[in-house]
Amino acid sequence: MASKRRGLPEINAGSMADIAFLLLIFFLVTTTMDVDTGISRKLPPMPEEDQPEDDSQINARNIYVVLINSNNQLLVEGELMDISQLKEGAKRFINNNGIREDLSENPEKAIISLQNDRGTAYKTYIRVQNELASAYNELRNENALRKFGERFIDLNKTQQKEIKKLFPQKISEAEPKNIGGDS
Amino acid sequence: MSKFKKNGSKGMPAISTASLPDIVFMLLFFFMVTTVMRETTLFVSVVTPKATEIKKMEKKSLVSYVYIGSPVKRMQNSYGTAARIQLNDAFADVNEIQEFIATEREAKDEKEIPYMTTSIKADETVKMGIITDVKQELRKANALKINYSTRKGIY
Repeated sequence: MASKRRGLPEINAGSMADIAFLLLIFFLVTTTMDVDTGISRKLPPMPEEDQPEDDSQINARNIYVVLINSNNQLLVEGELMDISQLKEGAKRFINNNGIREDLSENPEKAIISLQNDRGTAYKTYIRVQNELASAYNELRNENALRKFGERFIDLNKTQQKEIKKLFPQKISEAEPKNIGGDS
Repeated sequence: MSKFKKNGSKGMPAISTASLPDIVFMLLFFFMVTTVMRETTLFVSVVTPKATEIKKMEKKSLVSYVYIGSPVKRMQNSYGTAARIQLNDAFADVNEIQEFIATEREAKDEKEIPYMTTSIKADETVKMGIITDVKQELRKANALKINYSTRKGIY
């Protein structure tokens, strides 16, 4: 009887919680929860050597030229513009639907041509990209609300595709060159 | 009188803490699963610009990072303050990008290659010149999906 009672002593599990806490704190400290966010863009493929450049078919009225110089100033369609007005300007251009002679025929044909100088600040460039993306997003949203009564992000895949087809995001970036600017 | 006294002496029963380790373990596993340890040490200081129209990056395993910024304080003695490119764990030159993309591709499954994205993590103070160079190299390497890493926020 006595020998039976002796047996193996039970391991004290009281410190288990402490060990778990220690590990927990370690992972709490080392964890980085930041999800990477950013503006996604697709680069055009490299032009082939023997391929002649042909952008002649595109009507000039369908191109919205945005230039950024090394002083981070914007020249939009030949006129100096403040960055805060770019979104409205781009929206007016895209959603013109042939009303004004100098703006796009319809959103599907509208192309935004973006050119920057080597001296342009990255911050400004991202801001311009952001404004343009925002112009497209707002137009898509407005259209989605009118057509389906829902916001663009709440639509299903096929509906989103339909809207995207109406408002394709065409932002073309010219081959790099120096635009310059007074420095 | 005695009735009341009896009630008072009982008091509040102690809350059992036996399930505490379980709760802690649950939290522990959550953090173990979600944790991502930083695999590269940054030699360049990068404060990404702010933007509002941002999207979350999916499939982290298919993303290769290109860091651009001026070297951190302790590296400035040997590398100066001009903006530089960092690939993996070392400073790199612009013409090393193609090689970098090639090695990144080798590690991945062939089916996954079209979904690979290059994330450009550049400091907001850098000039576009270096970014344009990087973009040209990426075009040459046929790595066309890019992402300008930004923080959420308004200017």
